[in-house]
Amino acid sequence: MDVKDMTEGELPRAAAETDCCEPQQGRTAAGRSSHRVALETHDLTVTYRKRPVLYGIDVAIPEGNLIGIVGPNGAGKSTLIKAVMGVVRSTGGWVKVFGKPVKESLKRIGYVPQRESIDWEFPVTVMDVALMGTYGKLGPFRWVGEEQRRRAREALERVGMLPYAKRQIGNLSGGQQQRVFLARALAQDSDLYLMDEPFAGVDAATESAIVELLKDLRSQGKTVIVVHHDLQSAREYFDMLLLLNMRLVAFGPTAEVFTTELLQKTYGGRLTILSEMAEKAAREGTGKLHPKNEP
Amino acid sequence: MSGILAAGSTGLSGLTLALIASLALGVASGLLGTFVVLRRESLFGDMLSHAVFPGVVAGFFLSGWLAREGWVENAKNPLVILFCALVAGVLGAVVVTVLGRTTRLKQDARLGIVLSVFFAGGIALFGFGQPAGVQGFLYGQTAAIDATDLRLMLGAAAIVGVAVLLFRRPLLVVSFDEGYAHNLGYPVTWLTLMFSVLLTMSVVVAMQAVGVVLVSAMLITPAATAHLMTDRFPRMMALSVLFTILASVGGTLLSGSVSDFAAGPVIALCATALFVAAYVFAPRYGLAARFWHDRGQRQRIQRENVLKDIYRVLEREGFPAEGATVGTFEAERRLDREGAERELKMLEDAGALIRRNGGERLVLSEEGWRQAARVVRNHRLWELYLTNEAAYQADHVHDDAEIVEHLLGEEAIQRLEAELGFPKTDPHGSPIPQPSAPPIHTTS
Repeated sequence: MDVKDMTEGELPRAAAETDCCEPQQGRTAAGRSSHRVALETHDLTVTYRKRPVLYGIDVAIPEGNLIGIVGPNGAGKSTLIKAVMGVVRSTGGWVKVFGKPVKESLKRIGYVPQRESIDWEFPVTVMDVALMGTYGKLGPFRWVGEEQRRRAREALERVGMLPYAKRQIGNLSGGQQQRVFLARALAQDSDLYLMDEPFAGVDAATESAIVELLKDLRSQGKTVIVVHHDLQSAREYFDMLLLLNMRLVAFGPTAEVFTTELLQKTYGGRLTILSEMAEKAAREGTGKLHPKNEP
Repeated sequence: MSGILAAGSTGLSGLTLALIASLALGVASGLLGTFVVLRRESLFGDMLSHAVFPGVVAGFFLSGWLAREGWVENAKNPLVILFCALVAGVLGAVVVTVLGRTTRLKQDARLGIVLSVFFAGGIALFGFGQPAGVQGFLYGQTAAIDATDLRLMLGAAAIVGVAVLLFRRPLLVVSFDEGYAHNLGYPVTWLTLMFSVLLTMSVVVAMQAVGVVLVSAMLITPAATAHLMTDRFPRMMALSVLFTILASVGGTLLSGSVSDFAAGPVIALCATALFVAAYVFAPRYGLAARFWHDRGQRQRIQRENVLKDIYRVLEREGFPAEGATVGTFEAERRLDREGAERELKMLEDAGALIRRNGGERLVLSEEGWRQAARVVRNHRLWELYLTNEAAYQADHVHDDAEIVEHLLGEEAIQRLEAELGFPKTDPHGSPIPQPSAPPIHTTS
């Protein structure tokens, strides 16, 4: 709880970057505070089938917070996380986690993908999925041992899924399925958690249990970044919000960025002309608009 | 292994060679088939089998040429053939990928194009010199396999087996949850490429056994059969290997007993017979198991409904210690005597009911009481939940509760009770029983 009080008290000025396309010099405000930066992106840009999804995202997320990524459908919320993880390839910019390139920090990241991306008929049990959380530190060639099983059991215990350890994952409710994937991330024992819509298709009881768990992680000094689509509860759950609509609209403490003006800016329609022109430029082969620095 | 092979050209009978080939086939295509089926890449496997064919033909030409030049001993050098097959397979996969990146065509159309054009190319190439031995790849040659063929099959199977063993976890994670594979730091692109190469090898093995067209039968059918049988991944791999071997051995023996019958189709038919058996008899997902399960559910629901009505009769009469009469039970269930007796016998057989006074009086056993109280509680809690929390009218809730009462588990009940503040009565004012409490009337 100490950590929480501290972060809420001292949290940095909002690193709101509302002016479109002006490249930010150096670190954001949050990065300069007494807190170290968990996740930093610079000019991160993603295009999907020539259609731009994220434009030049600059953000520095300080350690030890519970952060919500909110924005309308198609704003690129999940894409942002996937680009950080390297699941979708970014077309420009860079990402650092704990000051290092993502590839070197993978062991400190726990990723919880969207539930829809999973094949629930796959022949794995709850225990098998939790064990995957220990694979990262185990390396590819060693056998799973008692140590790994113990960690997986502990993680399942924490989310209340240990009694279901032997169940095939398809024979679970939506909320239980989500908890299994949280357990997998817990078994990784990471410092930064990236969760893609962990509350989607989850009952109210599970939702509040998950929120408690996330707060628990934060009080241990972990950084938890959650893609979330419900504004109402976003205000209640998160210390900091990242408002996204293809561009970073604002990032900062919830109290500062949860304003009518910024929310309107986030939800008030797309950057239609910008995206049309970028798409046209790609289609006509006249050169790409945003990504100035191709990898 | 080399000992067997050295003897192979002289000592071992054709049947023994065929059986050893079956083992190779089981390892190679059984293992990879598991991944193919789970990754939904069945059509991709089919494409590879056709794309590899021109490579095999080219391999024969190249090998023959190398032999004439004195570079290799045998005009049918397994390494050369395998190498050319790999090149062709990977080329096919690359063309599919490139078409995907540069056109609007969907995967199935891309696979279809590549599959047919490569296969046509292979047949055309074959027409140039018709090297002996290619026929074996086209139609399968399990029964007529020789030591050289076997060396190729065993080598490829060994590589596949070792690679799957070494990379079992990365391959599992990449197939199950590719995004998470990135998190674990696995080289996803390389793993996918490696998988394609291994798949090509197993395709080469399967081609020799059953021929180009039936390769996908060997990749898909045994693994699909295994998928119906189990929920565990290692077990699915083991079963897939086992089924492939069984189909191959069975097919070889069967086709051997009928003269001049090609082994390939018989092997594929054997694999399908195993599939049909699993479809019907698989322990959990088979037709029979589902039938028994559904039947069991229907019986349970029926039993619970009858118990509930006995409970209602008892409740209305103030839980008399001597129990309810058969007459009131008949009236409650709206049954004639015969129908009532059938239901009562069902409860007696399940140990839920005790009949007294020459059968005229109905008393619930401990177990019967528990079950009856549970289903009545479920019914009333659900009615209360619908009226209180879901804003239903009290006269609209009964039919829903008739269904849900049989579905509520203990965990859901605990949440319901907590949410409703541990209620004592339902919306109609009837008390909600506690199954854990002792029976209100005594049975002893």
